[in-house]
Amino acid sequence: MRPSRVLIYLALTLLAAFFLLPIYVLVLTSVKTFAEADLSRMWDLPNGISTSGLDTAWTALSPNFLNSIYLVIPATVITAAIGSINGYVLAKWRFRGANIVFPLLLFGMFIPYQSILIPLVRFLQQVNLYGSIKGLVIVHIVYGIPIATLIFRNYYAAFPDDLAEAAKVEGASILVIYRRVFLPLSLPGFAVVSIWEFTQVWNDFLFAVTVTPNPSSQPVTVAVQNLSGSQIVEWNVQMAGALIAALPTLLVYIFLGRFFLRGLLAGALK
Amino acid sequence: VAWFLARVRSDRTVAVLLVAPSIVAVGIFVYGFIGWTGYVSLSRWSGLLPDYHFVGADNYERLKDRPRFQADIRNTIVFTGLFLLSASVLGFLAAAMLDQKIKAEAFFRGVFLFPMAVSFIVTGIAWSWLFNPSSGVNLLSQKLGYDGPVPAWSTDANILLGFDLGRIEAGIPVALLPVVVAATWQLAGFTMAMYLAGIRGVPEELREAARVDGANEWQVYRRVVLPLLRPITLGVVVILGHISLKIFDLTVAMTGSGPNFTSDMPAFYMFETTFRGNHFAEGAAIAMVLLFLVATLVIPYLYFSLRREPAR
Repeated sequence: MRPSRVLIYLALTLLAAFFLLPIYVLVLTSVKTFAEADLSRMWDLPNGISTSGLDTAWTALSPNFLNSIYLVIPATVITAAIGSINGYVLAKWRFRGANIVFPLLLFGMFIPYQSILIPLVRFLQQVNLYGSIKGLVIVHIVYGIPIATLIFRNYYAAFPDDLAEAAKVEGASILVIYRRVFLPLSLPGFAVVSIWEFTQVWNDFLFAVTVTPNPSSQPVTVAVQNLSGSQIVEWNVQMAGALIAALPTLLVYIFLGRFFLRGLLAGALK
Repeated sequence: VAWFLARVRSDRTVAVLLVAPSIVAVGIFVYGFIGWTGYVSLSRWSGLLPDYHFVGADNYERLKDRPRFQADIRNTIVFTGLFLLSASVLGFLAAAMLDQKIKAEAFFRGVFLFPMAVSFIVTGIAWSWLFNPSSGVNLLSQKLGYDGPVPAWSTDANILLGFDLGRIEAGIPVALLPVVVAATWQLAGFTMAMYLAGIRGVPEELREAARVDGANEWQVYRRVVLPLLRPITLGVVVILGHISLKIFDLTVAMTGSGPNFTSDMPAFYMFETTFRGNHFAEGAAIAMVLLFLVATLVIPYLYFSLRREPAR
């Protein structure tokens, strides 16, 4: 191998080490005992694998972990369904004003949510959904519409126009064409949107901490932050908690990474 | 023919009806609510009960003189600048290296990208452990033989290259540096993916032509590839820039406001002012400033990206 190629492999390996370092420390500290998870012994290997940190963290976090599951499943399914319909209409059924509606819709995914939080909280209080997972589901659906619509619109735009035209000539209506022609070919689109939405909703902190102030109805992201923010600093428990909170999205990434990447690039309008 | 037209017309109606609920929802929850927040920012609502009494720009006037607000503007600018620089340089280098017909490319790509799947909260918890002043990287550097002074990171109130400006000291707060590292760790993979897609999109013939003309690999990159990547860089700056201006979870998990507000961010200031302090009008004013910052970055980008699309 030429020396310049050795250098490239060396640099890539160093870079990979930088990216893996936090996960290494997270896992290492999680399996230490309370005594071993000490500031001065951070880089030392543990004497054995202890589950005490993971046990304590799981006991504290499991109700919130369940809340996250109740939150993420309906939010993901409904957002994907709405996005699919919107994307189909915007890609294949031009209507007057669509050129204005689409950019206005897209801007919704870039706004800092601080600029809608005060009215949002007032609104949720009025309809008695403030503080509940149900309220949080609705919030994630509404603010998930722009990106889901964008991904599906780009996905369906790649379908040849003849496909819809042919069915139209045969007398099929807009909904029949969707159900018979587009929906059966939509699985990859649904995979991209669902994985993106799952990751976004699971990892969300701002909406969760604002809409659900009551610890028992908070999703796991808020709970794990409260766990580390508390005054008693048990490093092994903190790191174990962070690991538990990260696990679902990490697993999705490991097994379905290529769909994840497509969602990522779609967000950049590419 | 008349039947066909009627058919099309009714399909058009159905099409509008299908997207109408989403348009109405986004119309209310995004634009209606922004308008509402804007109105709150001009009111004197400070307390649990709404008070929509109109006071004009008073809240903005008061805000601009607050040291915490001035510190936040400094922090946002410094953080966004450093983070954009490090994430795009690192991401570009990773992409350029991966483009050199690397064995195990998929492995490296996977490793560089996985932090994107992790929440800012988890990232923050892991990196604040790594930047604990009496452990983590400080301890590691001592183990490797360094025995000079080490920064106290998120508890460090020092400001590098500091000079007085307004009611604060401008410069680069030390407490922000761990946040820059953590954000770079989380998002450099995104930059890498964008650049890699861009580099792969450069036609091989163009590069081959440059090689035939006697250019070495480095010159091929500088003369041929880099100029074609400008639109990608613009995309990276806008996407990462708007994330950076809005940054909230990461600083909450790592440093909070930091000593003397050296790592405070507008998003967190708004949250505390509004939902901890109940100063709704002033919180709304901070939110509107934040929205303005993001909008100046995003709106031109949206305008040009959508205009570039072929007319449909």
